[in-house]
Amino acid sequence: MLSKTIERFNFNMKKNAFLFQQLINRDFQQRYKRTVLGMAWSVLSPLFQLLVMMVVFSRLFGRNVDHYVIYLFAGNITWSYYSESTNNGMSSLMNNAGVLSKINVPKYLFLLSQNVSALINYGLTIIIFFVFCIVDGIKFTPAMFMLWYPVAWLVIMNVGIGMVLSALYVFFRDIQYLYRIFLTLLNYLSAIFYTLDHFPAAMQRLYLLNPLYVNIKYWRTVVIDGVVPSLGFHALIAFYALLFLGLGCFFYKKYNHRFVYYF
Amino acid sequence: MNAIECDDVSIRYITGDFKSIGLKEYIMRRLTHNFHVQEFWADRHVTFTVEKGDMLGIIGSNGAGKSTLLKAVTGIMIPTGGTIKTNGRMAALLELASGFDAHMTVRENTYLRGAMLGYTKDFLDEKYDEIIAFAELEEFQEHMFKQLSSGMKSRLAFSVACLVNPDILILDEVLSVGDGAFRKKSGDKMMQILNSGTTGVLVSHSIGQIRELCNKVLWLDHGNQIAFSDDVQLYCDAYDQFLMTKELPQNEDDVRKLADGFLIRQQEQRKKNEEKETQRLEKIIEEGHSDAAINAAIRVLQKGRPEALADQYR
Repeated sequence: MLSKTIERFNFNMKKNAFLFQQLINRDFQQRYKRTVLGMAWSVLSPLFQLLVMMVVFSRLFGRNVDHYVIYLFAGNITWSYYSESTNNGMSSLMNNAGVLSKINVPKYLFLLSQNVSALINYGLTIIIFFVFCIVDGIKFTPAMFMLWYPVAWLVIMNVGIGMVLSALYVFFRDIQYLYRIFLTLLNYLSAIFYTLDHFPAAMQRLYLLNPLYVNIKYWRTVVIDGVVPSLGFHALIAFYALLFLGLGCFFYKKYNHRFVYYF
Repeated sequence: MNAIECDDVSIRYITGDFKSIGLKEYIMRRLTHNFHVQEFWADRHVTFTVEKGDMLGIIGSNGAGKSTLLKAVTGIMIPTGGTIKTNGRMAALLELASGFDAHMTVRENTYLRGAMLGYTKDFLDEKYDEIIAFAELEEFQEHMFKQLSSGMKSRLAFSVACLVNPDILILDEVLSVGDGAFRKKSGDKMMQILNSGTTGVLVSHSIGQIRELCNKVLWLDHGNQIAFSDDVQLYCDAYDQFLMTKELPQNEDDVRKLADGFLIRQQEQRKKNEEKETQRLEKIIEEGHSDAAINAAIRVLQKGRPEALADQYR
């Protein structure tokens, strides 16, 4: 059953490769081409954010932390990517309602193309991140080659969450506002600008329930501590991603055909 | 092999509380047992088959479920009940002018729309000039889409959608796109496709069009199937009469009665027209102040109907 689904997905992707490419092209243009700053903005925006956070938080939380800027940056780019990708994913179906209710095209393509353009943005900020690493005197170790791992699983998780959200958004328009509140909450719970060192051990373990925190922690362990996390940690990251992807596929499969009724 | 097989298709919309209230309100109303939905059947137990080469016309007043049925046929909607099977490559010309991207150029939009309709890149590269030429947008290729007039937008939508040679062509009131000249051109294009043996489904409020083009007719009313028949003239007669009397036929006798009613009405209409014409001519002759008018009338009668004159002036 699963292999059949994957086979069909592959077949559809091959058939719709041109459409997918066109959609990515469109998203890319909407984002960059029509502005003067263009691509530069997607680099500048997280830099400004980082600057603000640095000014505000270094004195408060960063006094006892090595490489606090990198600590902050690792959390911030991951969180930015997550929030952008899921936010855009959420509205991807409704924004194309005009097309989807008139032409029979696979709906998930619209979601995936949004994810691709968010991923490109993420890639750009990762490059800036490494520039900061050099400036901050981080030692480059072979462990860093493992950084593809959290990135790859985060992409999968974002697609899954995007699927759930975009399906919900078709039925409930106020999800948009509720999710924004949730994102703010998630930001505070992901230990982006503070450390968990002075928290009790039980409390620290609770943070592992947050997939985003787990992902960010992987980055920090590799980049700042220079070691690869344990095998169990790898498994946890994969588990969360697959969980949300499964949930997303389930939602999609179940409600896919009902979307058109609500556009 | 049948091109379209539609078996006992029903389509239900959920209306009422659901769509507009949002998640918070939904949960609250669920908790307080205050949540109500209404069902709305856009189509109920619709059954028909279209063979290859057929042209099916769907008639019915507004809200009969015609467009919804077409959405099900094109696969955009999965029907709540029943099954639809189609055979062959399908091109659907529903109301397509929406769904373009306002901030992209005409060229980009053409490619994007083409891709959505399932064309390949090579095909689009080859046909692009033809599409633009047909839509008469040569000067606007690099303009933003939002700068176009609404007529231009519809023209582009039509041009992109109809430049394939589909096995099944689905038309929803699209034969009235753009200005007079373009309407003629698009109508010709449609006829050309249909005459090449393509199977067609046509929704139209113009009964004349259905009579002219279709060899099968499906009559819907408030989602219910009133008739499916290949006696197009009879059912168009009956439908025309129904529009006057608003009496739905219950069986075939009723249909005949309606059709007869239509024919009688038509005859009366003809008689009335004749009378009017007679009156008009009489008036001309009466108002002719000289004898010239009278002489002209007599001369015409002498030439065309000498026996009529002979009768009168025996």
